[in-house]
Amino acid sequence: MKLNSIHTRSVTKGSIAAVSLWLLAGCATTSNLNGVPTSAVDPFEDVNRSTFQFNDRFDKAVFKPVAQVYADSTPSFVQTGIGNFFGNFNDVWTGVNSFLQGNFQDGFTDFMRVGINSTFGFLGLLDIASEANIPKHKNDLGQTLGVWGVPNGPYLVIPFLGPSVTRDAAAMPVDFYGDSWGYVHPVSLRNTGDFVRLVDKRAGYLDSFNLMQDAALDDYIFVRDAYLQRIAGQIETRKNHKQLREDEAELRRQNAEDEVARLSAAAPTAPVTAPAAEPAPAAQTDTPPAH
Amino acid sequence: MTIFKKCFSMIAGLALCLGMAHTALAADEAPDVLIKRISQEVMDSAKSDKDIQAGNQQKILSLVEAKILPYVDFQRMTELAAGRNWRAATPAQQQELVKQFRQLLIYTYSGALSQVKDQRLEYKQFRADPTDTDVEVRSQVITPRAGQVIELNYRLGKGRNGWKIYDINVLGAWLIETYKGNFTAEINKSGVDGLISTLTAKNAKLANNFAKK
Repeated sequence: MKLNSIHTRSVTKGSIAAVSLWLLAGCATTSNLNGVPTSAVDPFEDVNRSTFQFNDRFDKAVFKPVAQVYADSTPSFVQTGIGNFFGNFNDVWTGVNSFLQGNFQDGFTDFMRVGINSTFGFLGLLDIASEANIPKHKNDLGQTLGVWGVPNGPYLVIPFLGPSVTRDAAAMPVDFYGDSWGYVHPVSLRNTGDFVRLVDKRAGYLDSFNLMQDAALDDYIFVRDAYLQRIAGQIETRKNHKQLREDEAELRRQNAEDEVARLSAAAPTAPVTAPAAEPAPAAQTDTPPAH
Repeated sequence: MTIFKKCFSMIAGLALCLGMAHTALAADEAPDVLIKRISQEVMDSAKSDKDIQAGNQQKILSLVEAKILPYVDFQRMTELAAGRNWRAATPAQQQELVKQFRQLLIYTYSGALSQVKDQRLEYKQFRADPTDTDVEVRSQVITPRAGQVIELNYRLGKGRNGWKIYDINVLGAWLIETYKGNFTAEINKSGVDGLISTLTAKNAKLANNFAKK
């Protein structure tokens, strides 16, 4: 049983590797459909464009309608539970990558999240750790390699999966190994889970996909340029742990403030003058008049 | 009918006065305070207004017009998105570009706003000197869906009329940088006029969608 499942997994991985290789080897053209030279980041624009169109058609015909039915017909607490459940599996691999990125503090809290959510959160169905202000992160091996200084490589659109870059596509098989859901037995349960997980993920982007298509003049270029900025930014923030930590501390502080405000609103007799008056003089000295 | 028209123009005039008062007031408002205030106002209206919740697009458009547009520098956004092509365009073309791009951004933003249901906004630490004239305000939208957090950052520049937004970052991508590729591709293909006609066609399509809802 075990052997068999490993075999099917390596077949999937093998096919992805083959696709990547085909993309790398098969195209040497440097101009797109309109004969305009493409940028260095996207030397495979022709192939990428057709894969993008294929993905778009598949999404419109199959993926999106299924996700729409799921989003409309499943109670929202069930959807949240499903998202949390698979998110808990994600957190394991995220934690491993936090350590690999040298971010030990995040690594420890990531594993703490898994511990708390798997037990008190009923196998991850509830995200109690987030409620307890232990923030969720998302890391994968592609990002870790990026933090280590491995360049993106050419932009790739992967069939069914969408935008990626060569570095991340190459790291993806290892991400599959690192995903602890992939070791669940029996295989039928795992496959059903994979399907639900994908549909749930797509359902989360129903609105933003529509918006993007409204906004874009050429959606291939729009998605590519936005995606490349996004992953570059993700790697930059991961290199800069200090800023992340400060941001998280600030968010916790604001949440605590909101909580206090909520509680004092519930108890109208509470004194509100003293704390409100304090920061005002400081703010005035901060902004001296012009000239 | 004429009474209606009179009433309408009076209301419009009043709104204009209020708007101007607002802008004057905003001149010494700190950029992070400005972002927090207008976001909160828009979120509150979007959540509480029954017409908006029901998908009344005209109402959303007027909300955007009243609350957001006074604080956006569309001229600068268009110049940045056009990049080095901006100076190659004639003044008339520049004017038309700003007009069409502005309209596209309004439609897109209104579309985003019509999806506001139970999201919550959080603000990250604001780092800036009092003397800065170009700042970034960082926030995030918390959605009820498990683990879905949308980064939402703004770039603001200080001008004569106070702070104005000139770029937005959604999910890690800056809007202007993203449009730059689209603009360049269109201009390379069919010139500035080609870009203008693509934008115009896009807006006509979106206007049609908006009218239908």
